[in-house]
Amino acid sequence: MRAWLDTLIDALLPLAATLLALLVGAVMLLFLKVNPVVAYKALLVGAFGSTNAIAETLVKATPLLLVGLGICISFQGNVINIGGEGQMIVGAILGTLVGLTLTDWPGWLVITLAMVAGFIGGAIWGGIPGVLKAYFGVNEILSTVMMNAIAVQLMNYLLRGPMIDPAQAAMASKIPQTARLPMDFRLPRLVPTRLHLGALIALILAFLVYIFLWRTVWGYRIRAVGKNPHASRYAGINVKRYVVLALLLSGAFAGLAGVIQVYGVNYRMITDGSSTGFTGGAGFNGIVAALFGNLHPIGTIPASILFGALLVGANKMQRVVQVPSALITALNGLVVVFVVSSEIWRRKRQRRRLSSDQSDAGGGEGEDAPVQESPADEPQPEVQG
Amino acid sequence: MITKLFSSTVILGILASGIRLATPYLYAAIGETFGQRSGVLNLGVEGQMLLGAFAAFYVSWRTGNLWLGLLAAIIVGAVMGLAMAFVTVNLHAEQGISGIGFYLFGLGMSDLLFQKLVGTVKTIQGFPALHIPVLSDIPVLGEVFFSHNILVYGAYALVPIAWFVLNKTTLGLKIRSIGENPQAADSLGISVAAVRYYTIIQGGILSGIAGASLSIGLLNVFQQNMTSGLGFIAVALVYFGAWRPLGVLGGALLFSMVNAFQLWLQVLGVPIPSDLAVMLPYVLTILVLVAAASKVRAPSALAKPFEREA
Repeated sequence: MRAWLDTLIDALLPLAATLLALLVGAVMLLFLKVNPVVAYKALLVGAFGSTNAIAETLVKATPLLLVGLGICISFQGNVINIGGEGQMIVGAILGTLVGLTLTDWPGWLVITLAMVAGFIGGAIWGGIPGVLKAYFGVNEILSTVMMNAIAVQLMNYLLRGPMIDPAQAAMASKIPQTARLPMDFRLPRLVPTRLHLGALIALILAFLVYIFLWRTVWGYRIRAVGKNPHASRYAGINVKRYVVLALLLSGAFAGLAGVIQVYGVNYRMITDGSSTGFTGGAGFNGIVAALFGNLHPIGTIPASILFGALLVGANKMQRVVQVPSALITALNGLVVVFVVSSEIWRRKRQRRRLSSDQSDAGGGEGEDAPVQESPADEPQPEVQG
Repeated sequence: MITKLFSSTVILGILASGIRLATPYLYAAIGETFGQRSGVLNLGVEGQMLLGAFAAFYVSWRTGNLWLGLLAAIIVGAVMGLAMAFVTVNLHAEQGISGIGFYLFGLGMSDLLFQKLVGTVKTIQGFPALHIPVLSDIPVLGEVFFSHNILVYGAYALVPIAWFVLNKTTLGLKIRSIGENPQAADSLGISVAAVRYYTIIQGGILSGIAGASLSIGLLNVFQQNMTSGLGFIAVALVYFGAWRPLGVLGGALLFSMVNAFQLWLQVLGVPIPSDLAVMLPYVLTILVLVAAASKVRAPSALAKPFEREA
């Protein structure tokens, strides 16, 4: 009963955080002399008002979910991957190269190979900071942010130079984009909207990641390392290896998200000249979604849909009340701040529960370890080898 | 072409712009140094800079008074710092992640306000180069060292001040002890919360000024995401400088020189794609982090929330 209630409260905390962020957003809108009710109504209609709107929401949710799944893996391993943007870009570069090179191969094969290539590209771009953290002690937050910047420049260089659409290269405008992928290479659509197979792939992967994290030895060790690296080391886990694995897999999912954006939405790799390009900020927003989903792959599914809806609705809001969609970036930032701030209440409840459980056993809480949560209802490490 | 790169005009040009470009790094990284020495990792620097840059630009543009603009950046930075302090000190939030939240907030908010209140990119007249009698007139050196605006000089003046405060004052001692062992400091009656509030808010103010130094000192415009990772590099510089103001100065100069070099390559039309040249500082940051990680030790309590024993 208590455990059930705790799960419920854990799920409600992020929701409260989001409502609070929307409330702050409403105040900001008032300052900009915009009626927040009208604005939020436009947002809601824009996100869910029609079949097309719902499909668009799911299209936007897909990269968020994929990046979010990777974030679940790395954050469960207590490795903070901020490099989703760069990993998406590098994944997309490799995936697009596959499609542009193997033009006369069958579509299903090329799409599969492109996904593999994207997975590998993201894994490399995530793996580098992983190795740097594990073996050189480099703060992964900073290195992944730098890897983002490097990837953006790499993309700009390739799309303006070696990979540019020959048609664009001939023109004066020279829009930085690759040639269009052949028709056969497009991800099939699910219903007569823009919703594509990638959404289904992401959904299936969410369950696979859940199984990976909670039902396999590798996943278990990643989480053990995340909860308590020292105990894990004594239990014989090669901590460094699992730090690298966490970042590598995290990057791989972002890389896959990049490929699926290219093959499912744009059908070419394109940068609109902004700092983010084709990713639409999914590399960052995926972090928000994963945090919202309590770093649980299944929880990240509804979370991605929610943030996908915010993004789609923001476009409508921009048209109706002329509020730039940058508002959503700001609100996402607030959601992150509020969600991590609300952790304090979760920790308090966990501690209370733990001390009441242990009161008859006579065990206290041991020495202070403020950041590390007590591995509440997890079994103690019993890893062999 | 390559010989042109090593002509004296180019070298002096690189030096002069390098000295100028170090300004935002210095403000932001010195602020971050204080925060990290007290055990707080503030990753929201980039967001604070963006909001500071916008506030300074907007107020200067509307009032025509650059000092009011600078004041606006300071206030915005202080408010962002206050929020960050509350979240990290009182709510014990994970600092790495909450910092990213503040970054996203600053990124979105500055863009939103810019689009709503300004609309299109406009340039303003920023702080003028300060003519220092005698010194500015020294032939070559005057051009390189004494032809900058007041915000540039302010940044360099900050370095010895920061060194003095950290190493020679009671406040500095408190900051350092809290960063190493907050439990011990607390038992000696030092308020961990008060000192961390101080360092985080000061960091916010300096980040705000760092942003202002871009928008009303060096570039004299505001653009969406105009800092493009500069705030994160500033955080990396703190590691590189081994948590010491002088080390930070060295790092800031190294970076700004590389940046200036990269800009001059483009000016001179050296056939290196500009996109690849822009990569240089980011690649350098990673290399620098690798080099720094192996030889120096971070403050022990860095990024760890402090909770008093019951």
